[in-house]
Amino acid sequence: MCLGIPGKVVEIFDENGLIMGNIDYAGTINKACLEYVSDIEVGQYTVVHAGFGISIIDEDEAMKTYETWGEFVKASAEEGLDIFGNPLKDKNIE
Amino acid sequence: MMKYLDEFRDPEIAKQILSEIHKTVTRPWVIMEICGGQTHSIIRNGIDQVLPKEIELVHGPGCPVCVTPLEIIDKAIEIAGRPNVIFTSFGDMLRVPGSNKDLFMVKSEGGDVRTVYSPLEALTIAKENPDKEIVFFAVGFETTAPGNAMAIHQAAKEGIINFSELVSHVLVPPAMEVLLSSPENRVQGYLAAGHVCTVMGLDEYDPIAKKYSVPIVATGFEPIDVLEGIFMVVKQLEENRHEVENQYLRSVQKEGNRTAQELIAEIYEVSNRKWRGIGEIPMSGLTVREKYKSFNAEEKFSVDDIQTEEPELCISGVILQGLNKPNECPAFGKECTPTTPLGATMVSSEGACSAYYKYQRID
Ligand code: SF4
Repeated sequence: MCLGIPGKVVEIFDENGLIMGNIDYAGTINKACLEYVSDIEVGQYTVVHAGFGISIIDEDEAMKTYETWGEFVKASAEEGLDIFGNPLKDKNIE
Repeated sequence: MMKYLDEFRDPEIAKQILSEIHKTVTRPWVIMEICGGQTHSIIRNGIDQVLPKEIELVHGPGCPVCVTPLEIIDKAIEIAGRPNVIFTSFGDMLRVPGSNKDLFMVKSEGGDVRTVYSPLEALTIAKENPDKEIVFFAVGFETTAPGNAMAIHQAAKEGIINFSELVSHVLVPPAMEVLLSSPENRVQGYLAAGHVCTVMGLDEYDPIAKKYSVPIVATGFEPIDVLEGIFMVVKQLEENRHEVENQYLRSVQKEGNRTAQELIAEIYEVSNRKWRGIGEIPMSGLTVREKYKSFNAEEKFSVDDIQTEEPELCISGVILQGLNKPNECPAFGKECTPTTPLGATMVSSEGACSAYYKYQRID
């Protein structure tokens, strides 16, 4: 129950006075309550936990983490350890 | 391609962070990841095996299924067996063994036990079955509390009187403190649970970081998140800093989700709570406030007299405190497997024992 995952809001609607939304998780659409992220707009991403959006993903921050380390990767020519090397590579990483 | 997931599983970036960790570490350090989701990410991706040998990861108590006390499971089983009740729960609670049986067995004996994905589904069932009592098993950390609070709030608003919650909510920071204050404690730094922090924010951690001189870094769940969180903790330890930092910036804001905090505080109050395998921790749980007591299943069904002691069979208590690893339990992989679980850390897909079993850490 604790595994919250990010999904994209594709539709926002009202249900019994609650802000609800349809959330797209890479093709699977599921309903979630968006009362706790009431500023969210269609097209934004939210982390959903047990049927409730608990945060709006900050796209700038997400890009920053990725880009900062991406720069490092480019700058570094060294061949280090492959942490996803065999045999773990064959494992199903979902 | 899953946006905001695949990027954080990029092996090139993982490799880069790992090499920074290798460059930074000079001494042995023990770091605990709080959350079961992080434990799974670590074991599944073999992160613990590629870290410098100086760094030991110990797995924390962050699986709500694992810490739900036997007593509450027995109460759930008692309520679920009553003829007029529809008992609803998240799926992972159904197989948790009580003293004599689990909720699945109640179901096979004819009890109306249903799995729901959200507590709001339980409310819908209540509206559709006005002649039945609908009970929702409200378990979890600060991450499920907003939804469970909303269900009671909504039931009150819509006047749904045949709905109640059996509440066994636990709070993470008091448990972190209990572990640190134990004479056997080995933990020197924490990866705090990213989604608990998303709801509650970071302020609760400042006094803990200060009092016990431990770095605490709010961390996400993907391999890149976990590696970056470890890097931030190690950097602090090596520099003799003990601060609260935020790795999981894309989801965690310092003040957390205020709307969620307000509704949690409206519906529930902080109370003492038993943790399976650890015992009672003061002010470490949530209970339904007096004002909403008609939605409190423990009051409605008077099951207060059920008291159960934990069996001595399984060492999940010390595992939850980071003192032993699952494969050090004599029953691990023998008497105890995911199909024949002895303890909650094997039942729950978020438990450390099931992570070790699934990814075959037999030795
Ligand atoms: S392996 Fe089974 S018996 Fe041993 S600690 Fe884990 S859950 Fe308990």
